[in-house]
Amino acid sequence: MLAGIALTLVSLWYGQNHGLMPLEGSEESLPIDSLFNLMMTIGTGLFLLVQGVIVVAVLRFRRRQGDLADGPYIEGNIPLEILWTAIPAVIVMILAVYSFEVYRQIGGLGAMDHAMAHAQPQPQMARLAGAAIAAPLAEASPTSLADAPSPEPVLSDATYQLPGDGPYEIQALGLQYAWIFTYPDTGVVTGELHVPVGREVLLKINAQDVLHAFWVPEYRLKQDAIPGRPTEIRFTPRTAGEYPVICAELCGPYHGAMKTRVIAHSPQEFAAWMQEQQVASASGLEQAIATADPAQRSVEQILAPHIESLGISPEVLQQLHPPMVHAHAS
Amino acid sequence: MTTQTPTQSTPARSHPEPHQETTWRTYFSFSTDHKVIGIQYLVTTFVFYLIGGALATAVRTELATPEVDFVSREVYNGLFTVHATVMIFLWIVPAGTGAFGNYLLPLMLGARDMAFPKLNAVAFWMIPPAGVLLMLSFIWGAPAAGWTSYPPLSIVTNPVGEMIWILSLLILGTSSILGAVNFLTTILKMRMPGLGLNQMPLFCWAMLAASALILLSTPVLAGALILLSFDIVAGTAFFNPTGGGDPVVYQHMFWFYSHPAVYIMILPVFGMISEILPVHSRKPIFGYKAIAYSSLAISFLGLVVWAHHMFTSGTPPWLRMFFMIATMVIAVPTGIKVFSWLATIWGGKLELNSAMLFALGFVSMFVIGGISGVMVAAVPFDIHVHDTYFIVAHIHYVLFGGSVFGLYAGIYHWFPKMTGRMMNEFWGRVHFVLTFIGFNITFMPMHKLGLEGMNRRIAEYDPKYAALNLVCTVGTYILAVSTFPFIFNAIWSWWKGPKAGDNPWRALTLEWQTSSPPPVENFVGEPVLVTEPYAYGLNGSTPGISLEPEATPSPAT
Ligand SMILES: [Cu+2]
Ligand SMILES: [Cu+2]
Repeated sequence: MLAGIALTLVSLWYGQNHGLMPLEGSEESLPIDSLFNLMMTIGTGLFLLVQGVIVVAVLRFRRRQGDLADGPYIEGNIPLEILWTAIPAVIVMILAVYSFEVYRQIGGLGAMDHAMAHAQPQPQMARLAGAAIAAPLAEASPTSLADAPSPEPVLSDATYQLPGDGPYEIQALGLQYAWIFTYPDTGVVTGELHVPVGREVLLKINAQDVLHAFWVPEYRLKQDAIPGRPTEIRFTPRTAGEYPVICAELCGPYHGAMKTRVIAHSPQEFAAWMQEQQVASASGLEQAIATADPAQRSVEQILAPHIESLGISPEVLQQLHPPMVHAHAS
Repeated sequence: MTTQTPTQSTPARSHPEPHQETTWRTYFSFSTDHKVIGIQYLVTTFVFYLIGGALATAVRTELATPEVDFVSREVYNGLFTVHATVMIFLWIVPAGTGAFGNYLLPLMLGARDMAFPKLNAVAFWMIPPAGVLLMLSFIWGAPAAGWTSYPPLSIVTNPVGEMIWILSLLILGTSSILGAVNFLTTILKMRMPGLGLNQMPLFCWAMLAASALILLSTPVLAGALILLSFDIVAGTAFFNPTGGGDPVVYQHMFWFYSHPAVYIMILPVFGMISEILPVHSRKPIFGYKAIAYSSLAISFLGLVVWAHHMFTSGTPPWLRMFFMIATMVIAVPTGIKVFSWLATIWGGKLELNSAMLFALGFVSMFVIGGISGVMVAAVPFDIHVHDTYFIVAHIHYVLFGGSVFGLYAGIYHWFPKMTGRMMNEFWGRVHFVLTFIGFNITFMPMHKLGLEGMNRRIAEYDPKYAALNLVCTVGTYILAVSTFPFIFNAIWSWWKGPKAGDNPWRALTLEWQTSSPPPVENFVGEPVLVTEPYAYGLNGSTPGISLEPEATPSPAT
């Protein structure tokens, strides 16, 4: 009995104080962590129970030297067996219902309806920042990047404002070995993801060549990028800061190097940043990129039809990543 | 229910000195004796285990530091791909089913051999060439798309290595299917008179469930691999998105086999643990029927949970919920087994020899893998840890802490039966302690690494993970060292170990009621069922059975 109380207390304490998870950077991370804490509590209890029984049994029921007698003939105990079938069944049901609820809270269940609803054309990146990169991209991409018409760019506005309603949409394209983020409301293209704190972001994810996966550990969210099959993920940044974006699906030798950052700004900072991007693009970043010869060449190589074996030399690949990030995120 | 204590059974010596014809040469021949084949499986797969372990050691050496400094990135991807393939398809699956299934089933069922002895030998002899083929792939560039071999990466990376990988797996899958046909037929048709299904030792139940899973799921993997090979060599577009194919269809087909594969790898070991614990606890197995039927329940549920590996693959939400709940439900039959094992040892008289230590280690470690398994079944949490080191930790607690500990327990337990000699206890315990410590140092920190943000299948990582990774690598070296006491112990004991006698553990299942090693057709005369497999302590205590071979029971007269 005493052991049982101690076990319960330790489990309850450890379930809240395991310190295993990174910072909670998104609204979604809060319910996910509560679910994890509950599972850690139950898991710790079960762990201690089983290990405790084994240790006590080893100490108490060890065969003494020379004792060749058998133990008691106990074949089973139906009530006990019903009990340890019923208790895990109940725990599992609670976890399933709770997980379901958390999944609903983080918007997982609505994802597919939204995918259907998002057919209206969005302003595209053509003619704007990063066009030199975006154009070959759009040509090579079999999927959604190129199919929307590009209406008038919103450059005429003096100050940038986040679009009013619904989640803020950003497009992500995974390719060996980088992410390219496009902000359809302005057409800005970046190698790092910039998001406004407190605003729900809808990330529409595509892959250029092989599978990748978009993962931000601080957001507790991950979504595969699948060539030919657009996917999406929603999250609401909660704290301003910089967090790693990690590719979590094996995509080739440089998979481990396929990293970038998500930068969560306050809405004002985000607007200022976006403004800066638009100004920069209007005042000839386009040209700068066009003349950034090594970078452009390697991007084109990356985008070469991937049925041919990917004999990209590591040197070229290593060149790819830094220039792109610098050109767009500065 | 016929019951009879071992002392009342006819003394041994009623059989002639057996096995003169089994020499070392026999093990290199196309023998149709299930015992020879079982040992062939065991030794061959153990050699591949060592190869897979060497590959793992190379992987961990690369990961000792955050930079890429030991092998190239390309080679690294080949190392972990082949490591996983070897450990799964050339060690745990064929060792659990092929080695122990072959060796034990006919003996436990009172049969003279398997139902189809020739087919059995064919199934075994497919394994060495398939394994050698896979190793040769390093010459042309090993398969490097992970053991899951997801397209499109698998279509565009090292096509020669990838094709070799596919061919090797097709051979191994065929071997596995042939074995399963044999096991099923043997269990259903070859039981000795009077041995009903509900009197079978629990290992037989576990093999029944595992064989059914193999038969139902392996053909789907074969189909996926054949289509994938068409995409690679013939330019078809089953899974290749550039031609309109769907890579996610491959994932469904792959996991339709590869989730059940986890149960193919763990069910036989469950069965072995259910044999080993009662013998060395001197107590009947607790809840025979619950354990037997929970194997079938796990087997059935194992078929309908595959997409829990695909929660981030764009699987529709309602399907994710279905697969989540189905996966979590597996915890119930698995929990029944664990609690039944605990109840079995509780109040017994535990003999803490090497077999028992590994069996208890199995329960202890497997539970950790089971707990993290329920966690990753929860979709919202899995979305965070999918493809991270948390998963690497989880699978190794299930497959190493579970399956491999269980296989070691099985080897220590049945070694006297297989060879007629005892293994050295001291070195067995050294082996256990080193394995237990090395295993936990290697894999426990990986839980934290994964939760914090370290993804899997990477040759380089953020320097903030350096310290824990170094710990993991040190653990791996301890694990590597831990195999040496075992290898020397096994070789030495096989050659010069003390004679075991027929039944050194005073066990009641049928395989212990014949000589060690058993004669060619297992039993001299017709085997007779004199006792339940787990009737320990039936007449109160059964004192005074000496460990001398002369006094060991042998109802097989
Ligand atoms: Cu990647
Ligand atoms: Cu699975």
